[in-house]
Amino acid sequence: MGQLNNKTNYKKNIKPYQLKPNYLMNCIKAFLVGGFICLLGEALQNFYIRFFDFTEKTAGAPTQGTLIILSCLLTGIGVYDKIGQFAGAGSLIPVTGFANSITSAALEHKSEGIVLGIATNLFKLAGAVIVFGVVSAAVLGIIRLFIMNLLG
Amino acid sequence: MPKMGKQTWKFMSNIYLSSTGTTAGPLESQGPLGNSFDQVYDDMHCGESNWELAERTLMREAIGHCLRKVSKKEQDIDIFLAGDLLNQTVTSNYIAGENQIPYLGMFGACSTSMETLAIAALLVDSGFANYVIGAVSSHNATAERQFRYPTEYGGPRPKTATYTVTGAGAALVSKEASPILIKEATIGKVTDWGIKDANDLGSAMAPAAADTIAAHLKDTGRQPDYYDLIVTGDLSSVGSPIAKQLLYEKGYNVDGVHQDCGLMIYRPDQPVFAGGSGAACSAVVTYGYIANQIASGSLNRVFVVATGALFSPIVSQQKETIPCIAHGVVLEAAGGQ
Repeated sequence: MGQLNNKTNYKKNIKPYQLKPNYLMNCIKAFLVGGFICLLGEALQNFYIRFFDFTEKTAGAPTQGTLIILSCLLTGIGVYDKIGQFAGAGSLIPVTGFANSITSAALEHKSEGIVLGIATNLFKLAGAVIVFGVVSAAVLGIIRLFIMNLLG
Repeated sequence: MPKMGKQTWKFMSNIYLSSTGTTAGPLESQGPLGNSFDQVYDDMHCGESNWELAERTLMREAIGHCLRKVSKKEQDIDIFLAGDLLNQTVTSNYIAGENQIPYLGMFGACSTSMETLAIAALLVDSGFANYVIGAVSSHNATAERQFRYPTEYGGPRPKTATYTVTGAGAALVSKEASPILIKEATIGKVTDWGIKDANDLGSAMAPAAADTIAAHLKDTGRQPDYYDLIVTGDLSSVGSPIAKQLLYEKGYNVDGVHQDCGLMIYRPDQPVFAGGSGAACSAVVTYGYIANQIASGSLNRVFVVATGALFSPIVSQQKETIPCIAHGVVLEAAGGQ
């Protein structure tokens, strides 16, 4: 028997047939789109500091709020998933990606009602981010506390 | 003898694919086979308020076209065999409730199209039914939501992923003469070669397709060139070359006769990753384009092998491997005997 007709090594032997992701190109795309979102954030932050009564510390909140609204709108009109397919991590990691995961779940489960549909499924994808974010923040906080105490 | 070899049934009387009906969504209608469908929708909602209702409309209209072409009514049909990809095959269940034809729900994932067609031919051949309708449907958004992520979620998909076809296909099987004969059917066995990636179903299903095609050729004592076309359901651009190579190593060269419905239904530049998939993929291509080609005499003998991945999202997340199956049906031009 030839090389592919082999159940045990099938997974290994079909590697040449599988389309490989172009990691370098994906990185460049993610850098450009992710960078553009951050640039937009910077511009918004400066806008809020210059034209409204915000300081560098407090301008973060309205900046994020604006980015979230933009992302929700783009998700609603069916554009954000196309950006996501192009940019990968570039649009998935920023706060806009987080907003997209929540909005898309809400849209998806609208037909099952407000309580059991939207409310129950809202954090279906974002839940994992929150759980790991909170848990890792707590763990790292404890580690930091120990190190600070050790160093006196 | 109705039984050939181990897995193949030969129908003893002349069983015809008397009529077909197909419906398809916007992306499919823009594809190369767009004008072979009976009805196309330019909106994924098909005029309904949610995706599940849209899928139901696709199946309802496909059956409607199938019946209208031969001036039949629901009351004339003895058995309704149907399946889809949703949990508990709800699309089919509701359509069966509407049309009030005695109903058997079937599930073979994307292989359901040929599963229903094979059983339909068997029921007509054995005399338990005179008119049988086999129907399947799939909808990109209902399948996405059940098997993957919300439709508008921005997570990128790998190139090996497939795109679920939005559409439905229905076939009327009877002894009433038509240009297309149903000659044989080969029932596949579950083949699981250890692929776990639900974003690479082509690789998972290729061994099942190769197994059923090889079993059919062995049972019938034929060579691939007996057929004008051996068409697989939804192996995509990843699974098709694997299946070809697997068959080549078993001593069957299908180069030149093999095609894949998932690659025929879309243009290469459409945003469908490795190709089309879903229960409707093989159904709309077979009942639309291939049926037309046989009826017009461009194709004489076609072996349609619908491939299915028999997994659920839960077992997939439990890191189980994907069991796959393929069922084949031989369609032949009635004049070409």
